[in-house]
Amino acid sequence: MTEPAPVPKNEKPKVAFYWCASCGGCEETVLDLDERVLDVVAAVDIVFWPVALDFKRHDVEAMPDGSILAAFVNGAVRTSEQQEMAHLMRRKAKVLVALGSCAQLGGIPGLANLSTRQAVLESSYCESPSTVNPERMFPQTLHKENGFSVSLPELFDTVRSLDQVVDVDYYLPGCPPTPKILWDAVHVLLSGNLPPKGTVLAPDRALCHECPREGTRPEKLTLKEFKRPPHVVIDEETCLLAQGVVCLGPATRGGCEALCPQGNMPCTGCFGPTSRVRDYGAKALSAIASIIDSNDEKEIEQIAQTVPDPVGTFYRYSLPSSLLRRKKIEETVTSDK
Amino acid sequence: MSDSKVQLVQPTTDRFEPRIVGFFCNWCTYLAADLAGTSRVKYAPNIRVIRTMCSGRVDPQFVLDAFARGADGVLIGGCHPGDCHYQEGNYKTLRRVRMLRRVLHEMGIEDERFRLEWISASEAERLKTVVNDMVEKVRALGPLQLKVKPEHLPEEVAA
Repeated sequence: MTEPAPVPKNEKPKVAFYWCASCGGCEETVLDLDERVLDVVAAVDIVFWPVALDFKRHDVEAMPDGSILAAFVNGAVRTSEQQEMAHLMRRKAKVLVALGSCAQLGGIPGLANLSTRQAVLESSYCESPSTVNPERMFPQTLHKENGFSVSLPELFDTVRSLDQVVDVDYYLPGCPPTPKILWDAVHVLLSGNLPPKGTVLAPDRALCHECPREGTRPEKLTLKEFKRPPHVVIDEETCLLAQGVVCLGPATRGGCEALCPQGNMPCTGCFGPTSRVRDYGAKALSAIASIIDSNDEKEIEQIAQTVPDPVGTFYRYSLPSSLLRRKKIEETVTSDK
Repeated sequence: MSDSKVQLVQPTTDRFEPRIVGFFCNWCTYLAADLAGTSRVKYAPNIRVIRTMCSGRVDPQFVLDAFARGADGVLIGGCHPGDCHYQEGNYKTLRRVRMLRRVLHEMGIEDERFRLEWISASEAERLKTVVNDMVEKVRALGPLQLKVKPEHLPEEVAA
Protein backbone atom coordinates (compact mmCIF):
# COMPACT_ATOMS: atom_id res chain seq x y z
CA MET A 1 0.00 0.00 0.00
CA THR A 2 1.34 3.43 -0.89
CA GLU A 3 1.54 6.28 1.61
CA PRO A 4 -1.94 7.84 2.07
CA ALA A 5 -2.11 11.41 0.77
CA PRO A 6 -2.36 14.10 3.45
CA VAL A 7 -6.03 14.91 4.03
CA PRO A 8 -6.97 18.59 4.31
CA LYS A 9 -8.56 19.18 7.69
CA ASN A 10 -12.04 20.13 6.60
CA GLU A 11 -12.31 17.57 3.81
CA LYS A 12 -15.33 15.28 4.06
CA PRO A 13 -14.89 11.52 4.23
CA LYS A 14 -15.17 9.82 0.84
CA VAL A 15 -17.71 7.13 0.01
CA ALA A 16 -18.02 4.98 -3.11
CA PHE A 17 -20.74 2.73 -4.49
CA TYR A 18 -20.32 -0.03 -7.04
CA TRP A 19 -22.51 -2.75 -8.49
CA CYS A 20 -21.52 -6.17 -9.69
CA ALA A 21 -23.99 -8.93 -10.67
CA SER A 22 -27.17 -7.40 -9.32
CA CYS A 23 -30.52 -6.04 -10.44
CA GLY A 24 -30.12 -2.45 -9.29
CA GLY A 25 -32.46 -2.85 -6.33
CA CYS A 26 -29.68 -2.06 -3.87
CA GLU A 27 -29.09 1.25 -5.67
CA GLU A 28 -32.78 1.94 -5.10
CA THR A 29 -32.19 1.56 -1.40
CA VAL A 30 -29.82 4.52 -1.51
CA LEU A 31 -32.46 6.58 -3.31
CA ASP A 32 -35.12 5.34 -0.89
CA LEU A 33 -33.32 7.23 1.85
CA ASP A 34 -35.47 10.08 0.44
CA GLU A 35 -34.44 13.51 1.67
CA ARG A 36 -32.07 11.86 4.13
CA VAL A 37 -29.79 11.28 1.15
CA LEU A 38 -29.11 15.05 1.39
CA ASP A 39 -27.85 14.52 4.95
CA VAL A 40 -25.58 11.78 3.64
CA VAL A 41 -24.25 14.05 0.89
CA ALA A 42 -23.73 16.81 3.46
CA ALA A 43 -21.63 14.48 5.59
CA VAL A 44 -19.64 12.66 2.90
CA ASP A 45 -18.28 13.10 -0.61
CA ILE A 46 -19.54 10.45 -3.03
CA VAL A 47 -16.51 9.90 -5.25
CA PHE A 48 -17.74 6.96 -7.35
CA TRP A 49 -21.24 5.76 -8.16
CA PRO A 50 -21.59 4.49 -11.74
CA VAL A 51 -25.37 4.25 -11.63
CA ALA A 52 -25.79 7.95 -10.78
CA LEU A 53 -22.55 9.92 -11.21
CA ASP A 54 -20.13 10.26 -14.07
CA PHE A 55 -16.88 9.22 -12.44
CA LYS A 56 -14.85 6.63 -14.31
CA ARG A 57 -12.75 3.70 -13.30
CA HIS A 58 -9.52 5.63 -14.00
CA ASP A 59 -10.68 8.34 -11.57
CA VAL A 60 -10.79 5.72 -8.83
CA GLU A 61 -7.50 4.19 -9.94
CA ALA A 62 -5.88 7.63 -9.60
CA MET A 63 -6.91 7.91 -5.94
CA PRO A 64 -4.40 6.94 -3.27
CA ASP A 65 -4.94 3.49 -1.76
CA GLY A 66 -7.10 3.57 1.35
CA SER A 67 -8.29 7.11 0.64
CA ILE A 68 -11.99 6.18 0.52
CA LEU A 69 -13.60 5.79 3.94
CA ALA A 70 -16.16 3.24 2.85
CA ALA A 71 -17.05 1.45 -0.38
CA PHE A 72 -20.50 -0.12 -0.64
CA VAL A 73 -20.41 -2.91 -3.19
CA ASN A 74 -23.59 -4.72 -4.15
CA GLY A 75 -24.02 -7.73 -6.41
CA ALA A 76 -22.38 -11.12 -6.73
CA VAL A 77 -19.15 -11.65 -8.67
CA ARG A 78 -19.48 -13.64 -11.88
CA THR A 79 -17.34 -11.84 -14.49
CA SER A 80 -13.66 -10.94 -14.71
CA GLU A 81 -14.58 -7.24 -14.75
CA GLN A 82 -16.55 -7.54 -11.50
CA GLN A 83 -13.61 -9.35 -9.96
CA GLU A 84 -11.20 -6.56 -10.99
CA MET A 85 -13.54 -3.89 -9.64
CA ALA A 86 -13.96 -5.76 -6.36
CA HIS A 87 -10.18 -5.80 -5.96
CA LEU A 88 -9.96 -2.11 -6.92
CA MET A 89 -12.63 -1.09 -4.40
CA ARG A 90 -10.91 -3.16 -1.73
CA ARG A 91 -7.61 -1.44 -2.40
CA LYS A 92 -8.98 2.10 -2.36
CA ALA A 93 -11.35 1.77 0.60
CA LYS A 94 -10.57 1.54 4.31
CA VAL A 95 -13.87 -0.21 4.92
CA LEU A 96 -15.50 -2.49 2.34
CA VAL A 97 -19.19 -3.13 2.88
CA ALA A 98 -21.08 -5.93 1.10
CA LEU A 99 -24.44 -4.33 0.36
CA GLY A 100 -27.38 -6.68 -0.10
CA SER A 101 -27.97 -10.41 -0.44
CA CYS A 102 -25.99 -10.86 -3.67
CA ALA A 103 -22.80 -9.37 -2.27
CA GLN A 104 -23.30 -11.01 1.13
CA LEU A 105 -24.46 -14.51 0.13
CA GLY A 106 -24.47 -14.73 -3.68
CA GLY A 107 -28.13 -13.83 -4.07
CA ILE A 108 -30.50 -14.65 -6.90
CA PRO A 109 -27.72 -14.64 -9.57
CA GLY A 110 -26.06 -17.30 -7.40
CA LEU A 111 -28.72 -19.79 -8.46
CA ALA A 112 -26.73 -19.99 -11.71
CA ASN A 113 -24.47 -22.26 -9.64
CA LEU A 114 -27.07 -24.97 -10.33
CA SER A 115 -25.90 -24.72 -13.93
CA THR A 116 -22.68 -24.11 -15.87
CA ARG A 117 -21.33 -21.21 -17.89
CA GLN A 118 -21.99 -23.12 -21.11
CA ALA A 119 -25.59 -23.89 -20.18
CA VAL A 120 -26.18 -20.27 -19.14
CA LEU A 121 -24.85 -19.02 -22.50
CA GLU A 122 -26.84 -21.63 -24.44
CA SER A 123 -29.99 -20.59 -22.65
CA SER A 124 -29.46 -16.86 -23.18
CA TYR A 125 -28.06 -16.84 -26.72
CA CYS A 126 -29.76 -19.85 -28.34
CA GLU A 127 -32.69 -21.34 -26.46
CA SER A 128 -34.68 -18.40 -25.16
CA PRO A 129 -37.96 -18.06 -27.12
CA SER A 130 -37.23 -14.53 -28.36
CA THR A 131 -33.76 -15.39 -29.69
CA VAL A 132 -32.93 -16.13 -33.33
CA ASN A 133 -29.32 -17.23 -33.57
CA PRO A 134 -28.89 -19.96 -36.20
CA GLU A 135 -25.10 -19.32 -36.45
CA ARG A 136 -24.84 -19.96 -32.70
CA MET A 137 -22.92 -16.76 -32.06
CA PHE A 138 -21.69 -16.35 -28.51
CA PRO A 139 -20.03 -13.34 -26.89
CA GLN A 140 -16.24 -13.51 -27.26
CA THR A 141 -13.78 -12.04 -24.82
CA LEU A 142 -11.72 -10.66 -27.73
CA HIS A 143 -12.73 -9.72 -31.27
CA LYS A 144 -10.41 -8.31 -33.94
CA GLU A 145 -11.48 -6.58 -37.12
CA ASN A 146 -9.58 -4.26 -39.49
CA GLY A 147 -6.72 -3.97 -37.07
CA PHE A 148 -9.03 -2.91 -34.24
CA SER A 149 -9.84 -5.12 -31.31
CA VAL A 150 -12.70 -5.01 -28.85
CA SER A 151 -12.95 -6.99 -25.65
CA LEU A 152 -15.62 -8.18 -23.23
CA PRO A 153 -15.26 -9.44 -19.66
CA GLU A 154 -15.17 -13.19 -19.21
CA LEU A 155 -18.13 -14.98 -17.66
CA PHE A 156 -17.10 -17.35 -14.88
CA ASP A 157 -18.46 -20.85 -14.37
CA THR A 158 -19.21 -20.19 -10.71
CA VAL A 159 -20.95 -17.20 -9.12
CA ARG A 160 -19.31 -15.99 -5.90
CA SER A 161 -20.27 -13.76 -3.02
CA LEU A 162 -18.06 -10.69 -2.50
CA ASP A 163 -16.16 -12.17 0.44
CA GLN A 164 -15.15 -15.16 -1.68
CA VAL A 165 -13.22 -12.69 -3.86
CA VAL A 166 -11.90 -10.03 -1.49
CA ASP A 167 -11.75 -9.32 2.21
CA VAL A 168 -15.04 -7.80 3.40
CA ASP A 169 -15.40 -5.72 6.58
CA TYR A 170 -19.17 -5.48 7.04
CA TYR A 171 -22.34 -6.90 5.58
CA LEU A 172 -25.69 -5.26 4.99
CA PRO A 173 -28.25 -8.00 4.36
CA GLY A 174 -31.44 -7.87 2.34
CA CYS A 175 -32.86 -8.01 -1.14
CA PRO A 176 -32.61 -5.09 -1.09
CA PRO A 177 -31.48 -3.83 2.33
CA THR A 178 -34.09 -1.53 3.80
CA PRO A 179 -33.28 2.20 3.90
CA LYS A 180 -33.28 1.96 7.70
CA ILE A 181 -30.56 -0.70 7.65
CA LEU A 182 -28.43 1.43 5.28
CA TRP A 183 -29.06 4.63 7.26
CA ASP A 184 -28.03 2.96 10.51
CA ALA A 185 -24.90 1.59 8.84
CA VAL A 186 -23.88 5.01 7.52
CA HIS A 187 -24.27 6.39 11.05
CA VAL A 188 -22.15 3.63 12.53
CA LEU A 189 -19.41 4.19 9.95
CA LEU A 190 -19.36 7.96 10.45
CA SER A 191 -19.36 7.62 14.22
CA GLY A 192 -15.92 6.01 14.03
CA ASN A 193 -17.08 3.54 16.67
CA LEU A 194 -16.72 0.51 14.42
CA PRO A 195 -18.08 -2.94 15.33
CA PRO A 196 -15.82 -6.02 15.01
CA LYS A 197 -14.83 -6.93 11.47
CA GLY A 198 -17.22 -9.35 9.78
CA THR A 199 -20.29 -8.02 11.58
CA VAL A 200 -23.63 -8.18 9.78
CA LEU A 201 -25.12 -4.77 10.46
CA ALA A 202 -28.62 -5.98 11.39
CA PRO A 203 -30.23 -7.47 14.53
CA ASP A 204 -28.95 -10.96 15.37
CA ARG A 205 -32.28 -12.67 16.00
CA ALA A 206 -34.90 -14.51 13.98
CA LEU A 207 -37.42 -12.57 11.94
CA CYS A 208 -40.36 -14.09 13.88
CA HIS A 209 -39.44 -11.86 16.83
CA GLU A 210 -40.37 -8.75 14.89
CA CYS A 211 -43.32 -10.24 12.98
CA PRO A 212 -46.74 -8.86 14.02
CA ARG A 213 -48.17 -12.35 13.44
CA GLU A 214 -45.90 -13.97 16.01
CA GLY A 215 -48.61 -14.20 18.68
CA THR A 216 -50.77 -16.39 16.45
CA ARG A 217 -48.14 -19.05 15.98
CA PRO A 218 -49.29 -22.25 17.66
CA GLU A 219 -47.13 -23.87 20.33
CA LYS A 220 -46.83 -27.06 18.32
CA LEU A 221 -46.82 -26.37 14.62
CA THR A 222 -47.28 -29.28 12.23
CA LEU A 223 -48.35 -29.42 8.58
CA LYS A 224 -49.83 -32.02 6.24
CA GLU A 225 -49.11 -29.94 3.15
CA PHE A 226 -47.00 -26.95 2.12
CA LYS A 227 -48.88 -24.40 0.08
CA ARG A 228 -47.61 -21.79 -2.35
CA PRO A 229 -48.93 -18.22 -2.13
CA PRO A 230 -50.85 -18.31 -5.44
CA HIS A 231 -52.73 -21.44 -4.33
CA VAL A 232 -54.19 -20.18 -1.08
CA VAL A 233 -56.14 -17.20 0.20
CA ILE A 234 -53.81 -15.94 2.90
CA ASP A 235 -55.35 -14.64 6.11
CA GLU A 236 -53.80 -11.29 6.99
CA GLU A 237 -53.29 -11.87 10.69
CA THR A 238 -52.46 -15.50 11.32
CA CYS A 239 -48.91 -16.87 11.29
CA LEU A 240 -48.11 -17.75 7.67
CA LEU A 241 -46.53 -21.08 8.56
CA ALA A 242 -49.64 -22.02 10.54
CA GLN A 243 -51.58 -21.44 7.30
CA GLY A 244 -49.35 -23.91 5.50
CA VAL A 245 -47.34 -21.35 3.52
CA VAL A 246 -43.57 -21.90 3.53
CA CYS A 247 -42.39 -18.85 5.51
CA LEU A 248 -38.69 -18.86 6.32
CA GLY A 249 -38.98 -16.37 9.18
CA PRO A 250 -37.87 -18.88 11.85
CA ALA A 251 -34.51 -19.36 10.10
CA THR A 252 -33.95 -15.82 8.84
CA ARG A 253 -32.25 -12.84 10.45
CA GLY A 254 -34.54 -10.00 11.43
CA GLY A 255 -34.01 -6.32 10.64
CA CYS A 256 -36.48 -5.83 7.78
CA GLU A 257 -39.33 -5.33 10.27
CA ALA A 258 -41.23 -8.20 8.64
CA LEU A 259 -42.00 -6.28 5.46
CA CYS A 260 -43.13 -9.34 3.50
CA PRO A 261 -45.38 -10.86 6.19
CA GLN A 262 -46.87 -7.39 6.67
CA GLY A 263 -47.54 -7.34 2.93
CA ASN A 264 -49.26 -10.73 3.29
CA MET A 265 -46.41 -12.65 1.70
CA PRO A 266 -44.14 -15.24 3.35
CA CYS A 267 -40.50 -14.54 4.17
CA THR A 268 -38.20 -15.95 1.50
CA GLY A 269 -35.05 -15.48 3.55
CA CYS A 270 -33.24 -12.53 1.95
CA PHE A 271 -31.70 -11.35 5.24
CA GLY A 272 -29.82 -14.63 5.45
CA PRO A 273 -28.74 -16.52 8.56
CA THR A 274 -28.09 -15.33 12.08
CA SER A 275 -24.50 -15.41 13.35
CA ARG A 276 -24.81 -18.96 14.74
CA VAL A 277 -25.61 -20.53 11.39
CA ARG A 278 -23.05 -21.43 8.72
CA ASP A 279 -25.33 -22.69 5.95
CA TYR A 280 -28.61 -20.82 5.70
CA GLY A 281 -30.43 -23.22 3.38
CA ALA A 282 -29.62 -26.27 5.49
CA LYS A 283 -31.00 -24.57 8.57
CA ALA A 284 -34.11 -23.32 6.78
CA LEU A 285 -34.67 -26.82 5.40
CA SER A 286 -34.26 -28.26 8.87
CA ALA A 287 -36.81 -25.85 10.33
CA ILE A 288 -39.40 -26.47 7.63
CA ALA A 289 -38.97 -30.24 7.23
CA SER A 290 -39.24 -30.81 10.99
CA ILE A 291 -42.85 -29.62 11.06
CA ILE A 292 -44.06 -32.23 8.57
CA ASP A 293 -47.00 -33.86 10.32
CA SER A 294 -46.32 -37.53 9.70
CA ASN A 295 -44.21 -40.39 10.94
CA ASP A 296 -44.75 -42.53 7.88
CA GLU A 297 -41.94 -42.56 5.34
CA LYS A 298 -44.20 -42.55 2.28
CA GLU A 299 -46.44 -39.80 3.59
CA ILE A 300 -43.41 -37.72 4.63
CA GLU A 301 -42.08 -38.00 1.09
CA GLN A 302 -45.46 -36.91 -0.32
CA ILE A 303 -45.57 -33.89 1.97
CA ALA A 304 -41.93 -33.01 1.21
CA GLN A 305 -42.83 -33.07 -2.51
CA THR A 306 -45.24 -30.19 -1.91
CA VAL A 307 -42.12 -28.01 -1.79
CA PRO A 308 -41.54 -28.29 -5.55
CA ASP A 309 -38.08 -26.70 -5.71
CA PRO A 310 -36.16 -27.23 -2.45
CA VAL A 311 -32.89 -25.62 -3.58
CA GLY A 312 -34.69 -22.60 -5.03
CA THR A 313 -36.80 -22.34 -1.88
CA PHE A 314 -34.18 -22.75 0.83
CA TYR A 315 -31.12 -21.40 -1.03
CA ARG A 316 -32.88 -18.67 -2.96
CA TYR A 317 -30.36 -16.04 -1.86
CA SER A 318 -27.44 -18.05 -0.57
CA LEU A 319 -26.32 -20.86 -2.87
CA PRO A 320 -22.75 -19.54 -3.52
CA SER A 321 -22.13 -19.08 0.20
CA SER A 322 -23.56 -22.51 1.10
CA LEU A 323 -21.28 -25.35 2.14
CA LEU A 324 -21.58 -27.01 -1.27
CA ARG A 325 -21.41 -23.68 -3.15
CA ARG A 326 -22.53 -25.09 -6.46
CA LYS A 327 -23.88 -28.14 -8.23
CA LYS A 328 -21.27 -30.78 -8.80
CA ILE A 329 -19.71 -30.26 -12.22
CA GLU A 330 -19.01 -33.32 -14.32
CA GLU A 331 -15.44 -33.29 -15.56
CA THR A 332 -16.54 -33.41 -19.22
CA VAL A 333 -18.45 -30.16 -18.81
CA THR A 334 -15.63 -28.18 -17.22
CA SER A 335 -13.33 -28.52 -20.20
CA ASP A 336 -15.45 -26.16 -22.33
CA LYS A 337 -14.02 -22.68 -22.92
CA MET B 1 -2.93 -61.72 -13.84
CA SER B 2 -4.96 -64.65 -15.11
CA ASP B 3 -4.94 -66.22 -11.64
CA SER B 4 -7.88 -64.77 -9.76
CA LYS B 5 -6.16 -65.37 -6.41
CA VAL B 6 -3.40 -62.95 -7.35
CA GLN B 7 -5.99 -60.25 -7.95
CA LEU B 8 -7.44 -60.87 -4.52
CA VAL B 9 -4.23 -60.39 -2.61
CA GLN B 10 -3.19 -57.15 -4.25
CA PRO B 11 -6.38 -55.15 -4.54
CA THR B 12 -5.53 -52.14 -2.41
CA THR B 13 -2.98 -50.40 -4.61
CA ASP B 14 -5.31 -48.75 -7.12
CA ARG B 15 -8.71 -49.63 -5.76
CA PHE B 16 -10.72 -46.59 -4.71
CA GLU B 17 -11.34 -46.59 -0.96
CA PRO B 18 -14.36 -44.39 -0.22
CA ARG B 19 -14.45 -42.25 2.88
CA ILE B 20 -17.79 -42.58 4.63
CA VAL B 21 -18.78 -40.41 7.57
CA GLY B 22 -21.17 -42.11 9.99
CA PHE B 23 -23.35 -40.21 12.46
CA PHE B 24 -24.45 -42.85 14.95
CA CYS B 25 -27.04 -42.42 17.67
CA ASN B 26 -25.63 -42.96 21.15
CA TRP B 27 -28.47 -45.30 22.15
CA CYS B 28 -28.64 -47.70 19.24
CA THR B 29 -26.35 -47.69 16.20
CA TYR B 30 -23.31 -46.65 18.21
CA LEU B 31 -23.97 -49.53 20.60
CA ALA B 32 -24.41 -51.83 17.61
CA ALA B 33 -20.93 -50.75 16.49
CA ASP B 34 -19.69 -51.49 20.02
CA LEU B 35 -21.31 -54.90 19.93
CA ALA B 36 -19.77 -55.57 16.53
CA GLY B 37 -16.40 -54.81 18.10
CA THR B 38 -16.80 -57.06 21.13
CA SER B 39 -18.29 -59.82 18.97
CA ARG B 40 -15.45 -59.52 16.46
CA VAL B 41 -17.84 -58.84 13.62
CA LYS B 42 -15.74 -57.43 10.81
CA TYR B 43 -16.91 -54.75 8.42
CA ALA B 44 -15.29 -52.37 5.93
CA PRO B 45 -12.90 -49.93 7.64
CA ASN B 46 -13.97 -47.05 5.37
CA ILE B 47 -16.39 -45.55 7.85
CA ARG B 48 -15.44 -42.80 10.33
CA VAL B 49 -17.98 -42.78 13.13
CA ILE B 50 -19.14 -39.68 14.97
CA ARG B 51 -21.34 -40.33 17.99
CA THR B 52 -24.35 -38.06 18.47
CA MET B 53 -26.84 -38.25 21.32
CA CYS B 54 -29.68 -38.83 18.83
CA SER B 55 -29.98 -39.10 15.07
CA GLY B 56 -32.21 -36.04 15.46
CA ARG B 57 -29.10 -34.12 16.54
CA VAL B 58 -27.72 -34.46 13.04
CA ASP B 59 -28.14 -30.98 11.62
CA PRO B 60 -28.34 -30.99 7.79
CA GLN B 61 -25.31 -28.68 8.00
CA PHE B 62 -23.28 -31.62 9.38
CA VAL B 63 -24.09 -33.69 6.31
CA LEU B 64 -23.26 -30.90 3.86
CA ASP B 65 -20.07 -30.09 5.76
CA ALA B 66 -18.98 -33.72 5.55
CA PHE B 67 -19.48 -33.74 1.79
CA ALA B 68 -17.82 -30.34 1.40
CA ARG B 69 -14.77 -31.57 3.33
CA GLY B 70 -14.27 -34.62 1.17
CA ALA B 71 -16.56 -37.38 2.38
CA ASP B 72 -17.68 -39.71 -0.40
CA GLY B 73 -20.74 -40.80 1.54
CA VAL B 74 -22.67 -40.04 4.73
CA LEU B 75 -24.54 -42.64 6.79
CA ILE B 76 -26.90 -41.70 9.60
CA GLY B 77 -27.77 -44.47 12.04
CA GLY B 78 -30.77 -44.09 14.35
CA CYS B 79 -33.22 -46.06 16.47
CA HIS B 80 -36.06 -47.95 14.86
CA PRO B 81 -39.34 -45.97 14.59
CA GLY B 82 -41.03 -45.97 17.99
CA ASP B 83 -37.79 -46.74 19.84
CA CYS B 84 -36.30 -43.24 20.10
CA HIS B 85 -34.76 -42.54 23.49
CA TYR B 86 -36.21 -39.02 23.19
CA GLN B 87 -39.65 -40.15 21.95
CA GLU B 88 -39.54 -38.77 18.41
CA GLY B 89 -36.06 -37.52 17.50
CA ASN B 90 -35.72 -40.15 14.80
CA TYR B 91 -38.97 -39.05 13.15
CA LYS B 92 -37.59 -35.55 12.87
CA THR B 93 -34.46 -37.05 11.31
CA LEU B 94 -36.58 -38.94 8.82
CA ARG B 95 -38.43 -35.77 7.77
CA ARG B 96 -35.24 -33.75 7.36
CA VAL B 97 -33.47 -36.54 5.52
CA ARG B 98 -36.28 -36.86 2.98
CA MET B 99 -36.06 -33.14 2.21
CA LEU B 100 -32.26 -33.01 2.31
CA ARG B 101 -32.03 -35.94 -0.09
CA ARG B 102 -33.89 -33.89 -2.69
CA VAL B 103 -31.48 -30.96 -2.22
CA LEU B 104 -28.45 -33.26 -2.56
CA HIS B 105 -29.96 -34.79 -5.68
CA GLU B 106 -30.35 -31.36 -7.28
CA MET B 107 -26.78 -30.51 -6.30
CA GLY B 108 -25.54 -33.49 -8.28
CA ILE B 109 -24.75 -35.78 -5.33
CA GLU B 110 -25.98 -39.29 -6.06
CA ASP B 111 -28.67 -40.77 -3.80
CA GLU B 112 -26.48 -43.75 -2.82
CA ARG B 113 -24.02 -41.41 -1.10
CA PHE B 114 -26.49 -40.41 1.60
CA ARG B 115 -28.26 -43.00 3.65
CA LEU B 116 -30.42 -43.21 6.77
CA GLU B 117 -30.70 -46.61 8.47
CA TRP B 118 -32.43 -47.80 11.62
CA ILE B 119 -30.01 -50.07 13.50
CA SER B 120 -30.74 -51.08 17.08
CA ALA B 121 -28.15 -51.84 19.78
CA SER B 122 -28.46 -55.57 19.18
CA GLU B 123 -28.08 -55.46 15.41
CA ALA B 124 -24.32 -55.76 14.94
CA GLU B 125 -24.83 -58.02 11.94
CA ARG B 126 -27.15 -55.51 10.34
CA LEU B 127 -24.58 -52.76 10.91
CA LYS B 128 -22.01 -54.89 9.13
CA THR B 129 -24.34 -55.52 6.19
CA VAL B 130 -25.31 -51.85 5.86
CA VAL B 131 -21.75 -50.51 6.06
CA ASN B 132 -20.37 -53.09 3.65
CA ASP B 133 -23.20 -52.51 1.22
CA MET B 134 -22.80 -48.75 1.34
CA VAL B 135 -19.02 -48.92 0.89
CA GLU B 136 -19.46 -51.11 -2.19
CA LYS B 137 -22.12 -48.86 -3.70
CA VAL B 138 -20.07 -45.71 -3.13
CA ARG B 139 -16.94 -47.45 -4.39
CA ALA B 140 -18.81 -48.23 -7.60
CA LEU B 141 -19.76 -44.54 -7.94
CA GLY B 142 -16.17 -43.41 -7.46
CA PRO B 143 -14.86 -40.39 -5.56
CA LEU B 144 -17.30 -37.52 -5.07
CA GLN B 145 -14.78 -34.88 -6.18
CA LEU B 146 -16.77 -31.72 -5.71
CA LYS B 147 -15.17 -29.33 -8.15
CA VAL B 148 -15.21 -26.34 -5.83
CA LYS B 149 -12.98 -26.65 -2.82
CA PRO B 150 -12.87 -23.53 -0.66
CA GLU B 151 -9.10 -23.18 -0.95
CA HIS B 152 -9.26 -23.45 -4.73
CA LEU B 153 -12.01 -20.95 -5.29
CA PRO B 154 -10.03 -18.06 -6.80
CA GLU B 155 -8.23 -20.33 -9.26
CA GLU B 156 -11.30 -22.36 -10.05
CA VAL B 157 -13.32 -19.49 -11.44
CA ALA B 158 -10.49 -18.27 -13.63
CA ALA B 159 -10.89 -21.54 -15.60
